[in-house]
Amino acid sequence: MAPATAFSLPSSQNITRVVLPNGITVLVFQMPHLQSVALAGSLNAGAVFEPNDRNGLASMTAAALMRGTQTQDFAAIHSALEDVGADLGYGTGFSTVAYGGKSLAEDLPLLLAQLSDTLRHPVFPDEQVENLRGQRVTELRYAEQDIRTRAERAFRRTLYPSEHVYHRSPYGSLAGLADLTADDLRAFHAQHYGPQGMNVAIVGAVTPERAIDLVSQHLGDWTNPSQPGLPDVQPVTPPAEPRRVHVSIAGKEQTAIVMGTIGPSTTAPDFQATRIANSILGEFGMMGRIGQIVREEMGLAYYAYSQLEGGRGPGAWSIAAGVAPDDVHTAIDAALNEVHRIVNEPVDREDLEDNLAYFTGRLPLRLESASGIASQLIIIERFNLGLDYIANYRDMLYRITLEDVQAAARKYLDPHRFVIATAGPDNGETS
Amino acid sequence: MIETQFAPTTTHHLDNGLTVILREVHSVPVISFWLAYRVGSRNERSGQTGISHWLEHMLFKGTERYPAGVLDKLIDRVGGEWNAFTSMDYTMYYETLPADRIDLALDLESDRMVNASLDPEDVESERTVVISERRDNEDSPTFWLNEELRAAAFRVHGYHHTVIGDMTDLYSMSRDDLIRHYRAHYRPSNAVIIAVGDFDTQQMFSKIERYFGGLPADPAPQLFTRPEPEPQGERRIVVERPGHTAFVRVAYRMPAATDPDWFKLVMLDSILTGPGGNIDNKTSRLYRALVAPGIAASIAGSLQESIDPYLYSIGATVSDGRSPQDAEAAILTEIERIQNDGITQSELDKARKQARASFAYETERVTNQAYWLAQSAMLGEPEWFDRFIDRVSQVTVEDVQHVARRLLIPRRRVIGWLLPTGLQADTETDLEEV
Repeated sequence: MAPATAFSLPSSQNITRVVLPNGITVLVFQMPHLQSVALAGSLNAGAVFEPNDRNGLASMTAAALMRGTQTQDFAAIHSALEDVGADLGYGTGFSTVAYGGKSLAEDLPLLLAQLSDTLRHPVFPDEQVENLRGQRVTELRYAEQDIRTRAERAFRRTLYPSEHVYHRSPYGSLAGLADLTADDLRAFHAQHYGPQGMNVAIVGAVTPERAIDLVSQHLGDWTNPSQPGLPDVQPVTPPAEPRRVHVSIAGKEQTAIVMGTIGPSTTAPDFQATRIANSILGEFGMMGRIGQIVREEMGLAYYAYSQLEGGRGPGAWSIAAGVAPDDVHTAIDAALNEVHRIVNEPVDREDLEDNLAYFTGRLPLRLESASGIASQLIIIERFNLGLDYIANYRDMLYRITLEDVQAAARKYLDPHRFVIATAGPDNGETS
Repeated sequence: MIETQFAPTTTHHLDNGLTVILREVHSVPVISFWLAYRVGSRNERSGQTGISHWLEHMLFKGTERYPAGVLDKLIDRVGGEWNAFTSMDYTMYYETLPADRIDLALDLESDRMVNASLDPEDVESERTVVISERRDNEDSPTFWLNEELRAAAFRVHGYHHTVIGDMTDLYSMSRDDLIRHYRAHYRPSNAVIIAVGDFDTQQMFSKIERYFGGLPADPAPQLFTRPEPEPQGERRIVVERPGHTAFVRVAYRMPAATDPDWFKLVMLDSILTGPGGNIDNKTSRLYRALVAPGIAASIAGSLQESIDPYLYSIGATVSDGRSPQDAEAAILTEIERIQNDGITQSELDKARKQARASFAYETERVTNQAYWLAQSAMLGEPEWFDRFIDRVSQVTVEDVQHVARRLLIPRRRVIGWLLPTGLQADTETDLEEV
């Protein structure tokens, strides 16, 4: 017999969760067989807090946190981390700024010290902000020729009204970056960075006591009375009529298609049933029904799948494919046909059972790495899913019925209110 | 302190020539099973470029026992992860599954090693999928730069073409070509199995014998390769594509990954462009010389492990408003600095620690451990990855300077620029209802 494995799923029995007096939630899961630790977390300072005409303010602020603090310059911050093979980085979403890090177990104190210093004491040096802006302008101008980026952007702009945060990219735009100053970043930081709503997950070769002690030591006395809470989610409905948008980019070989509508938020009661419906439509068994027809049978595309954004949202439920310009209409029709099918025809029991097995069976794989578990703990905390979410995951999914799946597809997927965005050569699209 | 001792690893050989490498890891109830074939784009002849990659796609089209579509569902149903990839040197297939479902991987891989249907209709529909994949690549300006760069670096050797192949060959190759390639290379004597995970070695080996032992004992194929002559001088290429952004590549001919110099080059690359993986590169010499002063928006190094001598490539994304000349000059200046002045002991110590940390992150997942064992087996040194940390620990500051002096010289390099030709004013148009 093989020796017993040391693995057990994260649950309320082995996750340690503590809320510090200043509001920071700390989650720790110990994996003694590792030599490293992973850090993940988020705080409420995402793009939803930036004015519509300052797109990129939240993202630039987060990116500039590591450009200099009251006691460390750019080189000192990065030397401290890189000298020991540790890593720390911030990224900006619609609602939150997410951070992630990794180090050898012995360097966790250093990692948390850097997290604390860059979160609490950044100074946004003028020349560093300029340097960062230059990098972003280069990246954004490069993205101008990328058909997937352009189709996705056109899809989002058409699906969500201009006042909704999902109308724009949290990364920012060339127009939004143009006149941002270091003072703008300082002001945004002063108002929005603080412990309320912040969470930290630490997973790996560390005891819960030690991890919590370190977080308390570095972040326990952080306060910010001016920090606002997350604004309420703005209600949004898809356009009343189907919308078709094309971005014409000369010199391209392919056309990118992004089409879909608004899906449920992660906290919606039918979110899990919708995940199953999405998987049947465009994920399970090499990209679901859409992959089967568009890629496998028609040979039109290398990629053709559907995805559910979720989040606080409500995020989009979309289908993406890259095809030759002459095949755009064929591919769109084939995808729409699958949308009609999943809305109008009951899903087979076998489809449901396959997908339930798929969702539950892959859990151990997703939880194999420390960073995978840390990210999962943050999702559990952010969306208030409960510490036994993973342990109860199987039972929760197996309560979903065929009717639930079809009801979810019917509720969200109205092809008559779809937005269809394409980007690629003109090819008569705009005539 | 980093442990670099892995769980005991055993190597076995079946009578039909199949090599089996097994490593027990009991941290999670998962097994990663890999089947690696010693054939990649380096073994492809002119007119057949991309055939290894296309054949890899065809193996997902099924066999008589496991028809197309059934395999995907079988894997997904047990919550597994599977994929395959073709490189310059090899073609690998893998399944990472819950430990109690691993028979599925053994069954399907032993079946498709010899029984792939290669149905004529599937061949044609997959031809257009691969063409679509290449077109997706072509929409990235840097794909053209990288393709031209390797074509300039290799006139004779199979490394001169990309893994996906030339478009003209994707249109002209036939099903018969695929069948010939399959029958010549997919056989036990040209393959290595690697399994890492939650199993008992003896039981796993018995299973492998049961599934693979009866496959034909054909001799190992003669692999097509043509050695590249020594370069006789610097080569330069310029690619023009629509867009706004310029890119620079400076690529040097390198020794094979099993050459003792390789590990010195790993340290040199780490100091010049950063360690890669999960670790940032903002303290690397080239970040400080190019990105910090705003000449480039990003820099990266690529030292790819290869069976035959390939390239060490340094790439820079030129900042908006700056010139490729500036970026190239800054890269060359930094290389000359190392050649003339060497590196410091603290730089080397940092690179070593980064390598050890990367190693710890990289080996967290059994899938990654199995990948690196497979990669090592393909390089012909099964212990290549396991000894990685030992070998980089032996590198000295003098080694790094010497290797820079000997190998990073103009005669061994290709310099490539991607010059953007701008974008016509693009339009976003609302169309009528479809």
